Amino acid sequence: MLNKYPLWKNLLVVFVCLVGLIFALPNIYPEDPIVQISGATASGKVDGAVLDKALEALGQAGVEVKSSALSGASGVIRFHDGDTQLIAKDLVKSALGDDYVVALNLASTMPDWLASFGASPMNLGLDLRGGVHFLLEVDMEKALEPRTTGYIDEIRSGLRKEGIRYRSAKREGGGKISVKFTDPEEQLKANAWIRENFRQFVISVDEGAAEQFIKLQLSESALKEIQDYAITQNLTALRNRVNELGVAEPIVQRQGVDRIVVELPGVQDTAEAKRVLGRTASLEFRLEDSEGDLEAAMNGRVSSRSELFPFKGDKGAPVLTLKKVIVTGERVVNARSGFDENSRPQVNITLDGGGGKRMNRVTRDNVGRRMAVIFVEHKERTKVRKEGGVFVSEKERYVEKYAINVATIQSALGHSFRITGLDSVLESKELALLLRAGALAAPMYFVEERTIGPSLGKENIEAGLMSVLLGFALVMVFMLAFYRLFGVFANVALLVNVLLIVAVMSLIPGATLTLPGIAGIVLTVGMAVDANVLIFSRIKEELGNGRSPQEAIRSGYDRAFVTILDANITTLIVALILFAVGTGPVKGFAVTLSVGILCSMFTAIVGTRALVNLVYGGRSVEKLSIGYKEAK
Amino acid sequence: MTVLDFMGKRKLAAVFSSILLVASIVSLATQQLSLGLDFTGGTLIEVGYQQPANLNEIRSTLKAAGYDDAVAQNYGKATDVLVRLAPQEGEKESIANNIVEELNKTSSSEVTLRRVEFVGPQVGDELRDQSGIAMIVALGVMMVYILFRFHFKFSVGAVAALFHDDVIITLGFFSVFQIPFDLTVLAAVLAVIGYSLNDTIVVSDRIRENFHEMRKGDAVQIINVSLSQTLGRTLITSITTLLVLVALFVFGGELIKGFSIALMVGVLIGTYSSIYVASNILLAMGICKEDFIHVEAEVMDDRP
Repeated sequence: MLNKYPLWKNLLVVFVCLVGLIFALPNIYPEDPIVQISGATASGKVDGAVLDKALEALGQAGVEVKSSALSGASGVIRFHDGDTQLIAKDLVKSALGDDYVVALNLASTMPDWLASFGASPMNLGLDLRGGVHFLLEVDMEKALEPRTTGYIDEIRSGLRKEGIRYRSAKREGGGKISVKFTDPEEQLKANAWIRENFRQFVISVDEGAAEQFIKLQLSESALKEIQDYAITQNLTALRNRVNELGVAEPIVQRQGVDRIVVELPGVQDTAEAKRVLGRTASLEFRLEDSEGDLEAAMNGRVSSRSELFPFKGDKGAPVLTLKKVIVTGERVVNARSGFDENSRPQVNITLDGGGGKRMNRVTRDNVGRRMAVIFVEHKERTKVRKEGGVFVSEKERYVEKYAINVATIQSALGHSFRITGLDSVLESKELALLLRAGALAAPMYFVEERTIGPSLGKENIEAGLMSVLLGFALVMVFMLAFYRLFGVFANVALLVNVLLIVAVMSLIPGATLTLPGIAGIVLTVGMAVDANVLIFSRIKEELGNGRSPQEAIRSGYDRAFVTILDANITTLIVALILFAVGTGPVKGFAVTLSVGILCSMFTAIVGTRALVNLVYGGRSVEKLSIGYKEAK
Repeated sequence: MTVLDFMGKRKLAAVFSSILLVASIVSLATQQLSLGLDFTGGTLIEVGYQQPANLNEIRSTLKAAGYDDAVAQNYGKATDVLVRLAPQEGEKESIANNIVEELNKTSSSEVTLRRVEFVGPQVGDELRDQSGIAMIVALGVMMVYILFRFHFKFSVGAVAALFHDDVIITLGFFSVFQIPFDLTVLAAVLAVIGYSLNDTIVVSDRIRENFHEMRKGDAVQIINVSLSQTLGRTLITSITTLLVLVALFVFGGELIKGFSIALMVGVLIGTYSSIYVASNILLAMGICKEDFIHVEAEVMDDRP
């Protein structure tokens, strides 16, 4: 028996090690603090001119720049240290204005040839790089409220129109409406009419002696539609706000039925983050001041009853409106872009019950006049001052108001009306978005927050690294002392194992390294040797049974294999369960644990065997250096 | 090789197991687990001082600011302070930032915010339910796997060993010493389940093999031989794992102290239980050679 691996197996081992090395390598290059500039809208592109403007602003302030470059649709400016980066962000932001998102980030300093393999460093979790994790819950009852109120109005006016007498119609929680009757015959008539016209409800009848009820319950699919709408709406609003915070690689995601996860790596000022996320922009519908003097107003002479607004993006003339607000954006239930009879773009707006009434009251007396939609945003800007040679940045809050649409009132408007005469589909879409973005579909509450300061993140990385190295060293010394040359094989396998874990973690796009994740690697180091211990003690045993060294190696590996497989599969099952039910940190642990198990199976079985074969295979061997003493 | 008489001491082991088990259950029943923030909900704020922090001053500052139920204590270092607040419904304002502001007012040196964890009461309840389910599912899946790979008597033995050491005794340890039990500790407990099962499987594998191969000897002897054969491996693996865990405990930082404690306790008890608990139960259930021959006979019957 000679114990030789075929060439392909040896090549496979070498190949895997090489690939592992290449993809693990990016992690050893330090990262530069950078300022990343990208367009605030999808169309906003960052070109050389924008980058130059930013660099000029930095140059004027005397901020030292390491290098700058355009990459894709965004610009990147590198700095030597984090403090410069912070000041530079504020400087660039005030130089470029609101059209661009300026974010702090880190960029690897790895050489180009490495990047050309598609290699990249591991994603670090919030506990290692610092940052905020928010879980927000959308108040679904509030999202249902305006819709159900709208339906109640329709039922009331419909029943009146049909000449059916009812006592009351009121809203009960969970998308339920109950209509009360005192006359069974009226109820019967109403039942037929409601069933005909409200197909999105599940309808049940409740007969009493003196009173009868018709109960309408929004169907599952209708409820789901409203929930989805509310979540999508709030997601869009949140994304816009997160953009404003200037965070690189933010996560804004739906979780479950009514929750949204927001992760902001690198954010330190959680108070600001909460304020911006929780903020509501608002809308105001106002009548134009048709008697006012626009010219005079533009020269600064505005009468006390009116107010002057610029048009958004200066795409139209400024608008002079009355100060009195007809309805606010909170009354907007829905706004969708669509087409009119002549296939021209339009926006359909739905107001809630109260809003519809007020809209009707005002517009029926003002047909032919113009109505403006004003967008009100509460914003924050940063100013950088130089004070005694030191840069100081200050936050300043301000309100921005501008008109987004002016249209002539053609007839008395109700709770559902439309804005026509728009130039393009793009315009109608943008208007609908702005109308919706005015208010959140439903209020949100913070139900979970986890913040890790940047200094703690750094300490966590150091602590993690320290414990990995130390644990590693201890295990290696122990194995060497106990198994001699075979211990060396196991140690090489262990090194390759960690290399592979790091490579795989860097390769999987969604995998993030967290502190418990590092603990998972440490644990894998401890457990990975188990496979080798199993094999080696089996070999020792076979030697004790009087087998020749070559036979002992072969049967040691063969017989231990099934046991190793069984043992690792069970641990893998645990890791998968952890991954399925765990959140954040626990998931990180599950990921490194399962990656570690898979990698260790390869290195401990195939890897060490290749080494053993290389050293002992193909020749006759008298004695194995495995710490085995022959019985005296 | 020397065969150690493990099973001769099995009565003693059974008594020892029972004591640990009863102690754990009593502690869990009387003083429960000291559940961490993840499960109870609430707010936790870690702040860092430049100099060793004056806890009394911090407490009076917090009280003066209206945070009556705030608990402040040192965390790991003299310069680090942990402030805990009971769960509150619908937090809108940033309590953490307010607290740091208040502390900064009275402190002579700058106070920095190191970490905030806020978990709403509802989320806490959900995490607790999920975790319980995770533990039960993990044990269930393990039992099914072993059932599939081994004889059912092994399955019962292995799961009993798991439940005995990992779940009850590790939890008992956390209860006796009132160490906060949070999500990472739960992850550790689940990892212990995996680790200890690993151990149990290695031993069971050997027992099964020896029942097939050894011509002579009764169940007690066969189990003794199997345990002696695997003892070296069991000890070495436990030692290497404990080595890295000690490294993690000492240098891994405060955040994963609980995690490493849970694993260390689990590995120690797990090593013991894979030797005694699983095999003890095998014997108690009357494992014998027929259990293995029976399976083969069935296969024979199927032949035409």
